[in-house]
Amino acid sequence: MLKPHDYATTDFLQILKSRCPEHVSDWNQLNGLQQDYPRNFLEGTTVLALVFDEGVIIAGDRQATEGYQVGERRIQKVFKIDRYTAIAVAGVAGPCFETAKLFQVQVEFYEKVEGTPLSLEGQANYLSSLVRANLSLVMQGLIVLPIFAGYDLKQQKGRIFKYDVLGGRYEEDAYYSIGSGGKDARSTLKKLFRTEMSQQAALKSIVEALWDAADEDIATGGPDLIRKIFPTLTVITKDGISDVPDETVAELFHELVTRLEHG
Amino acid sequence: MSTPYYVSPEQIWEDKKVFVDRGIEQAKEVIVLAYRDGLLMVAENPRRTLFKISEIYDRIALASTGRVSEYEALRVAGIREAEVKGYTYYREDVTGKWLTNIYSQHISAIAQGWDVKPLEIELLVCEVNGSPNTHSQIYKISFDGTYEERNQFAIIGGRAEAITEILNETYKEELELKDALQLAAKTFESIESKEAEPYQITPETIEVSCLDSTIGRRKFRRFSVDEIAEIYNHAS
Repeated sequence: MLKPHDYATTDFLQILKSRCPEHVSDWNQLNGLQQDYPRNFLEGTTVLALVFDEGVIIAGDRQATEGYQVGERRIQKVFKIDRYTAIAVAGVAGPCFETAKLFQVQVEFYEKVEGTPLSLEGQANYLSSLVRANLSLVMQGLIVLPIFAGYDLKQQKGRIFKYDVLGGRYEEDAYYSIGSGGKDARSTLKKLFRTEMSQQAALKSIVEALWDAADEDIATGGPDLIRKIFPTLTVITKDGISDVPDETVAELFHELVTRLEHG
Repeated sequence: MSTPYYVSPEQIWEDKKVFVDRGIEQAKEVIVLAYRDGLLMVAENPRRTLFKISEIYDRIALASTGRVSEYEALRVAGIREAEVKGYTYYREDVTGKWLTNIYSQHISAIAQGWDVKPLEIELLVCEVNGSPNTHSQIYKISFDGTYEERNQFAIIGGRAEAITEILNETYKEELELKDALQLAAKTFESIESKEAEPYQITPETIEVSCLDSTIGRRKFRRFSVDEIAEIYNHAS
């Protein structure tokens, strides 16, 4: 039944906790488990974001691993949040998806109740608290970390936020990458990044960064030409958010491979 | 010991109905029309932040009239219930019929309470793509929680009956957006106009939204004054 005192809140997580706590994960239960408990959970890795002259691109490979096995080849790590924001999540797949889903619902819930969208900074701050909510997972060595990217309509530019496991929120002004191949991708982006780079140059850099990550890191998946599985590349500009079509991504990889082959 | 007054149930119900009717008489109307791509919702409302028509969930919108504080609480509660259900199951499992039932139960519980006043509101729960049989449904909920389904058009507010009579004559199926808006505006004009002074609807005096079944997941669109003006100019 509807109760007037809950009308005021715009926090969906609070509502979920009071209405149906069984749908909110309580990771504290994990604390009783032995440290040597088999922990081959499905894990997603490399995700990255890069700012270009008209906005920001956020991307991720499609592979998830279970220990030393490939657990999933088509997993999606990039999630659209509203018309101008998206997150990409690396870490244990289950809680990653839950965090992304909860975050998306929360932002939309706020927008509908208030009648205006939640600001970019507001979204970035709220994500902090969702990351912090997974702290007891971290204590078990199970990490869930997002990159948050969006187009800021007020400042008229793309922005990137990274997080630490304690919920710390830090803004990056050019690029960032996390996950097991994150460091490799970051090295590539570091060399290729230019201020005010075009969208085409940014897409090329991201494809190269993902290639290098897959080359160096066994957990990161490269383009799968047989199954036609390609990394997700999502572009956010003042006109909104859209995925780069698979054919375009395939073409970009093709160009890269041709260049690598012929030096 | 004094004997308590006896009041018949019929009388209690009649009193409540009279009370609510007096409130609703003043309420501005909202017209909801099925057009080619979905549902068009139009209200006479010059305010730019206090809306009568709002998004509830992907395919569902709510149009309300009467006391703002009362329907505002129901609007927020509806969004909340829908989000919880969609999060628990699947987004498509949130339906207009389900939401209408929730509202109906709540509103009728209040209307039947002996120590509270009934809500002075009327609601239209609007939905597109809800069923394979119809491309849109409108549920009209009254102060006592009773509701009915409409498929072509529905009106809430003080002069709902008079407007229904006009639309019975003028409504056509498969109208384009601009023609549907024109029809709603004309209807408002004809009901407002007195013989001496014709009444003119302008983009600044109406609130217009639609549920467009052809667009992505979120079907709800609220039109800005400029957008209303543009649609309007196309029509004339």
